[in-house]
Amino acid sequence: MLKYLFAKNEDIPSGSAAIFFGFSAIIWFVIGTGLGSFNAAKLAFPDFVTGNEYFAFGHMRQVHVMAVIFGWISMAFAMAMMYITPALGNNKLWSEKLGLWNCFLWNLGLTLGLTVLWAGITSGREYSDFPWPIDLYLATCVFIPLGINVWMTILNRRTQGIYTTNWFFAAATFMVIIVFLIGNLPEFFHLTGLTEAYLTWWFAHNVLGLWITPVAAAIAYYTIPKVTGNPLYSHRIGHLHFWSVVVFYSTPAAHHLMSAPLPEWLKSFASVEGVLILVPAIAFVSNIMLTMQGKWYMFVENIEVRFTVTGCLMAIPLNMQGGFQQTRAINWYIHGTGWIVAHAHLALLGFSTFLEVAAVYYGIQSIMKRKLYSITLANMHFWLLLIGFTTYWVSMTIAGLIQGAGKIYEVPYIDVVIAEHPYMIARWLGGSMVFSGNILWLYNMWMTARKGTVVPQGRLPHELAYER
Amino acid sequence: MAGFREYKIGARLFGLALGGSMTITLFFPSINIASVSSTDIALTKQLEVGRESGFNLDDPWMQGKNKPLGVSLKVDPKTKQPIDGGMQVYVYEKGTSFPSGVMHPRILGEGIQELSVQQGHVNDANKNVGAVFTIAKGLYQGKEYSYIDNLTATKGWTPADVMSVAKDSDVSEAGKGKTMFIREGCWWCHTLLPEETQDWQVFGAPPMLGDFNGESPTAFGSDRKAPDLLHVGSRNSSKEWMMMHFFNPRLVQPHSIMPRFDYLWGKTDADGKKIDFAKWREEYNEYREGKRVSPPDVPSYASNSEIRGLIDWILSLK
Repeated sequence: MLKYLFAKNEDIPSGSAAIFFGFSAIIWFVIGTGLGSFNAAKLAFPDFVTGNEYFAFGHMRQVHVMAVIFGWISMAFAMAMMYITPALGNNKLWSEKLGLWNCFLWNLGLTLGLTVLWAGITSGREYSDFPWPIDLYLATCVFIPLGINVWMTILNRRTQGIYTTNWFFAAATFMVIIVFLIGNLPEFFHLTGLTEAYLTWWFAHNVLGLWITPVAAAIAYYTIPKVTGNPLYSHRIGHLHFWSVVVFYSTPAAHHLMSAPLPEWLKSFASVEGVLILVPAIAFVSNIMLTMQGKWYMFVENIEVRFTVTGCLMAIPLNMQGGFQQTRAINWYIHGTGWIVAHAHLALLGFSTFLEVAAVYYGIQSIMKRKLYSITLANMHFWLLLIGFTTYWVSMTIAGLIQGAGKIYEVPYIDVVIAEHPYMIARWLGGSMVFSGNILWLYNMWMTARKGTVVPQGRLPHELAYER
Repeated sequence: MAGFREYKIGARLFGLALGGSMTITLFFPSINIASVSSTDIALTKQLEVGRESGFNLDDPWMQGKNKPLGVSLKVDPKTKQPIDGGMQVYVYEKGTSFPSGVMHPRILGEGIQELSVQQGHVNDANKNVGAVFTIAKGLYQGKEYSYIDNLTATKGWTPADVMSVAKDSDVSEAGKGKTMFIREGCWWCHTLLPEETQDWQVFGAPPMLGDFNGESPTAFGSDRKAPDLLHVGSRNSSKEWMMMHFFNPRLVQPHSIMPRFDYLWGKTDADGKKIDFAKWREEYNEYREGKRVSPPDVPSYASNSEIRGLIDWILSLK
């Protein structure tokens, strides 16, 4: 990578930026889930690694969250953008060199930011934990260059129209910059009190709603038609998805503070808008499922389709929870409990991760023109992720319901802690399965790059998956 | 270049949609929230905790620097006459940043703002000299309000005057403690938000709209894995219990999953002796294995230790 940073743009092979983003993303995924598993162990066994400030839960929890959001998920997005945007515009990436610098600065900034967080230096605001200099760095050296590369590639496309995936990519890169700059205003200008509290959750909500969810969905709009060979079922439904994300997902930020003192009109408005999240969700899931018509055998046979469809199927419970758990009728019971933790993992580790994993599998094979090194390892990766995640989700959902019951029936808190203990162990086991699956994945992709069978010109890697 | 020609309408609609959404979710709420008046709780929290408890350039390593001291005064620092019932003042030594309510009194709300400026002279507070504040009551347009009183301007009490009559036990380092609370990530498990539901039966009254003016970060917490702490000082005001609980939570609550915060004691104890953590853990393990009848004693903390601030802050949460 280093030798290309100072090379002429023309001399850099196409797809280099995507490859480096892809491997960075996998490595951050291993780190992020490793930290998650370590943290979970501490919740199950509080004296596991004790007496050291730097291995205290309060120092590590945010490092796990930020590593998976801005390391794994966002870098996998960048990887997808680096190869999917030009593929859909029938051209080359606007600047491979900018892409490589973007990747380099991203890894550098994230390493710095996580080190600072690990030391406890934080803004004290959930999801916008990074101190404001790091936030400014992420906006200017990470998201703005990424956006420029995507927008310029789309502007220089050689197709007449713009495909669904690219609308989402162009809009989401724009929106994430806006979200970063506005969501951190309390830190830039020392805004205090409820304004700070509300903007914290405005950022947290919109970074999920206007960055992670739409880009993950956009990836599925590419992967499924590309791998199955079926055209997208409906562009109109794609339009509905896009516009309803922009309108309905950008408005319910206040529902994260449903039982906090905020103006009541704001909470009621947010709650109604929050239910409308079902519009983009149903549009997206139905569009992808209908695109699968006649190709359902690939759900069994093909690793990318299996990951993508599983992720899309997880969008159903995700949005059913998301739409309704924020209404007053349900929120009073589950607010602040493990239920929400389970829901957050369903969104990030279930829905979105499964779609990105497919994009990284497909991208690395097609850019390097090498067949997957081991389909067995890929299958193990899939099942470890799915079973590990399910264990996590089920145990945390049950723990959350116990906690909710404890909350309304005035159970002494320590009894809730005791009742949750078995589920904390299950959570740790589930998280560790995900972590070990990712180590296998890193090995598999590394060996694919090194030793994978070369895919002949004009063939797609998945066509040869079962050929020797 | 194909450009966005055919997407003109779409791009404009996108701007309209996102702009509309920002208007409703940012502009309207910010006007509404800005009109909320400070409660007494908000005034107390601001003065007690100071300007900022998260990352800031005055305390980049988050060591609890640039923070005020809370002092419960028993005597008038000028005349040395006893004060009937005592008085709570907040000492901002030279160089300490003032909280938002002092720097920007408009965030305090109607009445409070005018009284703090006209009667409390908060605009005269000078960072290069330091200042002493308290919360006083006064009349504005016939109604009574609490306001911030800059005692350095109204009574001539300087930080040095106040500190000269204060014993260490009269001083609270709650401001430093809030920084520790943020740095150590206590708020990842302990919320500061009894919910507007059945929660009040166990954890006390939910906060009001005006309880947060001038506070940063608010650190409500979202993922409760431990008791809410907003009113913890009313439920348990024992310094000794807090000390044992922070050093090793399992000493007072065998089923607790809280991490040990023994490292906040620093290197030496209250008598200046080096704390032997390894020996303590060894003895504690022997106790757990049944080889000792009682656990080893928790070392008493030095008055400038980080744990002192944290305990002061926790106990201030009434």
